[in-house]
Amino acid sequence: MMLPALIVIPLLAALVACLGGRTRANWPRRVTVGALLLDALILAELTRPVPAIGLAPGWLAHFDAPWIPQLGISLRLDMDGLSLLLLWLTLALTLASVAISWREVTAHVGFFHVCLLATTAGIIGVFLATDLFLFFFFWEIMLVPMYFLVAIWGHERRVHAAIKFFLFTQGSGLLMLLAIFALAFVHRQSTGEFTFDYFKLLHTPMSSGTGMLLMLGFFIAFAVKLPVVPFHSWLPDTHTQAPTAGSVLLAGILLKTGAYGLIRFTIPLFPDAAHRFTPIALALGVLGILYGAVLAIGQTDMKRLVAYSSVSHLGFVLLGIFAWNTLALQGAVIQMIAHGISTGALFILVGSVQDRLHTRDLRHLGGLWHGAPRFSAVFLFFAIASLGLPGLGNFVGEFLTLLGTWRVSPPAAVLGAVGLVMAAVYALLLVARALLGPANPQAVMGELSGRHRVTMAAMIVAIVALGVYPQPVIDMASPSLLHLGPLSARAAPLLHLASRQDQP
Amino acid sequence: MGAVAPANAILLAAILFGLGLAGVLIRRNLIFMLMSIEVMLNATGLAFVAGGARWGQADGQVMFLLVLTLAAAEISVGLALILLLQTRRPTLDSDVGNRLKG
Amino acid sequence: MQQLLALVPALPLLAAVLLMLAATRIGTNGVRILGVGSVALSALLACRIAVAQIGAGWAVQPFDVTLWHWMRIGDFAPDVTLHLDGLSLVMMLVITVIGFLIHLYASAYLDGDPGYARFFACMNLFVAAMLTLVLANDLLLLYVGWEGVGLCSYLLIGFWYDDPANGRAARKAFIVTRVGDTALISGLFLLATSFGTLSIPSLMQHATTSWPIGTAMPTLAAFLLLGGALGKSAQLPLQTWLVDAMAGPTPVSALIHAATMVTAGVYLIARTHVLFALAPDALLVTGLIGAATLLLSGASALVQTDIKRVLAYSTISQIGYMFLALGVGAWDAAIFHLVTHAFFKALLFLAAGAVILRMHHEQDITRMGGLRTAMPGVFVVFAIGSASLAALPLVTAGFYSKEAILGGAWDSGPSGRLLWCAGVVGAFLTALYIFRLLFIVFLGEQHRHPHGVTGWRIGVPLGVLAILAVVGGGLQTPALLGGIAIMPGILGGVFGSASHEGALALLPLVLASLVPLAGIALAWRWYGGGLASRFETQFTGLLLRGWDFDRAYDRMIVQPLMWLVRVNHHDIVDSFYEGLGKLAQRTHAGLSLSENGRVRWYAGWLAAGSVAALAIAVLS
Repeated sequence: MMLPALIVIPLLAALVACLGGRTRANWPRRVTVGALLLDALILAELTRPVPAIGLAPGWLAHFDAPWIPQLGISLRLDMDGLSLLLLWLTLALTLASVAISWREVTAHVGFFHVCLLATTAGIIGVFLATDLFLFFFFWEIMLVPMYFLVAIWGHERRVHAAIKFFLFTQGSGLLMLLAIFALAFVHRQSTGEFTFDYFKLLHTPMSSGTGMLLMLGFFIAFAVKLPVVPFHSWLPDTHTQAPTAGSVLLAGILLKTGAYGLIRFTIPLFPDAAHRFTPIALALGVLGILYGAVLAIGQTDMKRLVAYSSVSHLGFVLLGIFAWNTLALQGAVIQMIAHGISTGALFILVGSVQDRLHTRDLRHLGGLWHGAPRFSAVFLFFAIASLGLPGLGNFVGEFLTLLGTWRVSPPAAVLGAVGLVMAAVYALLLVARALLGPANPQAVMGELSGRHRVTMAAMIVAIVALGVYPQPVIDMASPSLLHLGPLSARAAPLLHLASRQDQP
Repeated sequence: MGAVAPANAILLAAILFGLGLAGVLIRRNLIFMLMSIEVMLNATGLAFVAGGARWGQADGQVMFLLVLTLAAAEISVGLALILLLQTRRPTLDSDVGNRLKG
Repeated sequence: MQQLLALVPALPLLAAVLLMLAATRIGTNGVRILGVGSVALSALLACRIAVAQIGAGWAVQPFDVTLWHWMRIGDFAPDVTLHLDGLSLVMMLVITVIGFLIHLYASAYLDGDPGYARFFACMNLFVAAMLTLVLANDLLLLYVGWEGVGLCSYLLIGFWYDDPANGRAARKAFIVTRVGDTALISGLFLLATSFGTLSIPSLMQHATTSWPIGTAMPTLAAFLLLGGALGKSAQLPLQTWLVDAMAGPTPVSALIHAATMVTAGVYLIARTHVLFALAPDALLVTGLIGAATLLLSGASALVQTDIKRVLAYSTISQIGYMFLALGVGAWDAAIFHLVTHAFFKALLFLAAGAVILRMHHEQDITRMGGLRTAMPGVFVVFAIGSASLAALPLVTAGFYSKEAILGGAWDSGPSGRLLWCAGVVGAFLTALYIFRLLFIVFLGEQHRHPHGVTGWRIGVPLGVLAILAVVGGGLQTPALLGGIAIMPGILGGVFGSASHEGALALLPLVLASLVPLAGIALAWRWYGGGLASRFETQFTGLLLRGWDFDRAYDRMIVQPLMWLVRVNHHDIVDSFYEGLGKLAQRTHAGLSLSENGRVRWYAGWLAAGSVAALAIAVLS
């Protein structure tokens, strides 16, 4: 019963926040924090390493209730280590979003928190659902409040950005819906049972052409979310226009649902097709790393720069996922978490510049260090975290990803490493243009406020911890990633390919 | 009084209809447009009557009565709308009332 | 005692963190005590460990300290393990002792700077990262230190961030070295994929057992590691960043860009020498690059007019010597020269810093001159440093280490002889440019008067380093000159007791000792009276600009990339989607033209449509 509670609590809290927000401004904020902490308590309870009874190896919790039994649709939720990690990330970043919006958001406070909580609930659902229909349901749920977050509390071109975001994700979601239905029909053809249950659909036999088509349906939906390069262009616009909390949620968690979908659904459901697709996916990953970096170098809008750096960073995740060996997958998972924290933090910092100086344009900034050395030091820290300095979390993710990729394709790994040079270029350019240089009378900002400081400190600690001792994360993720091995039994040639180079 | 040839009656109806249509298309004054519509309606009425006479059936006249009723209803609604328009914006120019333009 | 090894890097790290957090609360004195004291403690601890570990015949007892398991993913399990053997002991001592002296010096040099605490935080972080680099037992941990020192170098070059030029120099340093790091990390991927581990001892063991000499795999791996070393150690073709790095405060140049960080590449190759020994091609290339670098930058140093740029080119050139030594397999000679170079080059930089400080931050030597009388102490130590750099025979440390290198080259076959020639020519250039500098700055007539006095926090490091620059040669002398073998004893456990001085040829030794004297004599003839004759030709300009590598890279790499960045500023992919949106809007606009809200038009369309429909119905 704990899994549905994780989703229901934010939804109930949204209702309460909405009703109470009309009279007292702080009420929705407090309710939101309370709900998130309650969720965190439940999650802490689930994190304890109690051997789960009656569950398949690797799975930590399970919930099942009928929904539309005639169509084989049920309310099925399952949690493994991967989901658990991403849920922790979700709660932490949502909490950070609330904290940094405490003073900044003053219009429609109640509805703001409703949107925040509803997005969170949708994301939690996405990370838990193991019924494909239910998964799609949550997938759509998280979009709508996000749309409102951008369209109502965003910046100057918010409506354009929100519509673009909605069209991209909605359009690709449609492809996934078609693929889900087609998969269910294919499954009925071969077994006679109409079902949307993930575990039953796992080993559906199908012709290679069908497999490829369906795989692409899923892939494109997740690729748009990740984002993979030809489908990335909603991201810079949306990030740039979203309010700070929206950017944090988008970069930190929403993008991760794409990666999660690839790991959980695309490859296990269609191992053969995914295997044949691997060269293209690796090429797309490398393209994303380099293309995102080149674009990031050229930006003068701080938020756009960070957004394109996200495109580059998530190229590593795609690379890691399709390299499909333990090292690369672990790297991808760590990269997901580290990117969530470091880019989230960068968005918070850039957002606070925007709030105080009312500009994000690097051509008008510079010399911030003079007035705000602590702020600048924190900014510098996250910039170098994002360029992948060893000892910080992003490096562990990138290194493991590329190390795993090298086994599959050394050229892809080398090109990915070239992306690290470009990362240095854009990160240092960002630092130089925003922080360094002579004192600028137009750009004098004070230090961070209390809530911001606590948030930043927590994020710094998290990034350092991830960099010097990532073992807890690795241990948490490894059962579910190991579990993927037998799932994709037919991808054995791929795994074989991975281990072939082990023998010199 | 000799019977009018049905073909001539239909021809007259067509001419009347064309005149009415031309009035609707050319005049911008709403009152005149309404009157032109009346002309067109009556042209169709004439065609019905001529048709009924040609086939020796009462249907044509029944349809003429229906057209008359329609014309009356249309005129009453139309005049009401024109009055409303006149009070909202003091003009009878039909081209000014294009606020529903896409 | 062994457990205390972790404290050597941990103390500066802790101090760096404290300085970052509590900079404003502890005051200038607090910063000074914390910043200098932590490195001093670390140096004391390093010495204590050295005393404990060095046994009979100067042999070092190696040991490992595993701090924690970094990560375990299947078989891949890098640990955070510190490894102390002769090589890392030498490096650790150099870093902590010279580091302490430079910190002490810096505490005076930067008095009154608003970024005092920030400076010491970065310096301490640097010392911690550098110690991590040399103590790491695992290549991945080494890489942490490797990038860590790069970051500190970036922060300290750009320390005076008001001037955008400093920021550019800092970025250039970081990015150029990162190009080399791409090769290094690819080498790490290759090694880790081949052997499933990155622990250096087991890597070396695996490599010798499973890779035959001269085959593709060890050659590739060695070349990739070499790429990293070239970037960090500012060797051809990645040497361009070091000269610009002189934008940092002088103590930074002394510590990072002379004594320690730039020699990390030498350390890396020495540390993985087993692998390089399996790849003769890579070794040959190493030696050739070293020789080419030492000649090219030695020539560039001849014409520079900025005191720090002379020293920067000199550093590149001297590291070229070390690479040359590595190329002929004279590992211990390379490390020996690394140590003596750390002594005399740190000395030269600090002395130059003393001059700069008292000349109101003037670095142009054409505006100096005749400083001998005003700053006799600095003149003496600068002369000692110059002599040591020029390898003045018998009395300087530089002589013994350079002899060890040249001897090693002489003994290693025909290609070695070629490298030996380059080394001798380089020695001549070295003596010429450094004494040119010395004469121009300190002799001749005085242009400007220095102000103030040189305080004890500057004087003491200079004195200590001057002594080291003289007696440092006593660590290792040729058999002909006493045959002291402290250095070979310490390093013996790492490199084996391969001796390069078996059949010592007297002729090269004598020849190589006379060459510096010739260089000094020529310098005296040209510049003895201060700045007299300078040859100004087209060639001089080329030398001044460091052989135009910067311009070439700018044309070949930077500008094309920036062109791409500019052209694609608005994201061509996005314009496709935006184009789709525009298309929809256009279509909409076109269609909505018909919906003009005019009743008469509608009626007309209605009539036309009816006529058309009727016509179709009737005619068909």
